Amino acid sequence: MKITLKVQKFDPEKDKKPYYKSYELDMEPMDRVLDALNKAKWDEDGTLTYRKSCAHGVCGSDAMRINGKNALACKVLIKDCGSKITLEPMLGFEVVKDLAVEMKSFFKKFKSVKPYLINQDPPPAKERRQSPKELDKFDDTTKCIMCGACTTSCPTFWADKDYIGPAAIVASHRFLFDSRDDADEERLAMMNDADSVWKCHTVFNCVDACPRNIEITKAIGEVKQKLLYDSF
Amino acid sequence: MQGNVAGGRGRPQDKFELRAWFFMRISGVILAVLAIGHLFIMHVFNSIENIDYQFVVERWKTPFWRTYDFVMLVLAMMHGTNGIRVLIGDYVRSPGKKLFALSSLYTLSFIILALGAIILFTFKAVG
Repeated sequence: MKITLKVQKFDPEKDKKPYYKSYELDMEPMDRVLDALNKAKWDEDGTLTYRKSCAHGVCGSDAMRINGKNALACKVLIKDCGSKITLEPMLGFEVVKDLAVEMKSFFKKFKSVKPYLINQDPPPAKERRQSPKELDKFDDTTKCIMCGACTTSCPTFWADKDYIGPAAIVASHRFLFDSRDDADEERLAMMNDADSVWKCHTVFNCVDACPRNIEITKAIGEVKQKLLYDSF
Repeated sequence: MQGNVAGGRGRPQDKFELRAWFFMRISGVILAVLAIGHLFIMHVFNSIENIDYQFVVERWKTPFWRTYDFVMLVLAMMHGTNGIRVLIGDYVRSPGKKLFALSSLYTLSFIILALGAIILFTFKAVG
């Protein structure tokens, strides 16, 4: 099928403001948007810039706005986009070039919630055991691939860059509800920050954007609930 | 003051935001009941044809309806004011503009709340 791939282009060293460039391509309906981008770059315009790595929805490198909605270019099929596909960088980050954005601030916030197991007890001989019921409490939030699609779809984040964003809260939830982690107090203090969970106004954009279908707003709600119960 | 998380501005141990969030949940539920009750009384069981000065006199003869209206007034004003406070926190970035916006909001909300309360508690039927 013939498609028009309209891509927002911007080179901060040359351009004053972003502009759109269209590529007329012949693609298969079952091809992915990433395939179209590759075809445009390899056959027509070597300057076209975007991130990609695994190309199988695992690494989270190619998150971008596809027809206005955040998604991974390697997970969206051409047939689901129609013949005119508009690609733009994720909102709220500085554009490095074309579709590649500067994600340092995103990872800084992610790291600040200590997204790793904290347990002061000496490790047991085998493993730290956990029942399936205990795993269920945080299993969903283990699926995050740190692509940034949720945080950059959040209107609060667009307006307030100090908001840590849904991805960092999801990372905190993953350990806060893990029975093997014993840093609840520290994690809850982080989540109680004025720029943390209380900045979430349950808009649900993040849930729509997540390529791993994580129930992000529910997870944020569970953190709020835990903070509430712990305050009594 | 640096907050607990990257980018955070502070008040890490402060329970204000937690309480404000909880207040919004509770007041929202109470307001839904009170406002639907108000809607039925004013627009279903009665109408603009029979709501007049005498209607208000009859209604405010009992402390129950004055309390009902006062609770609705206080909760609606606090709920709404807190909602706008949150929006200002999200969208007004400059500290000066934020101070002005919040000062204006609190002043206006207080005036409306005080006027409503004065009318509710000092109303006396004439004639």
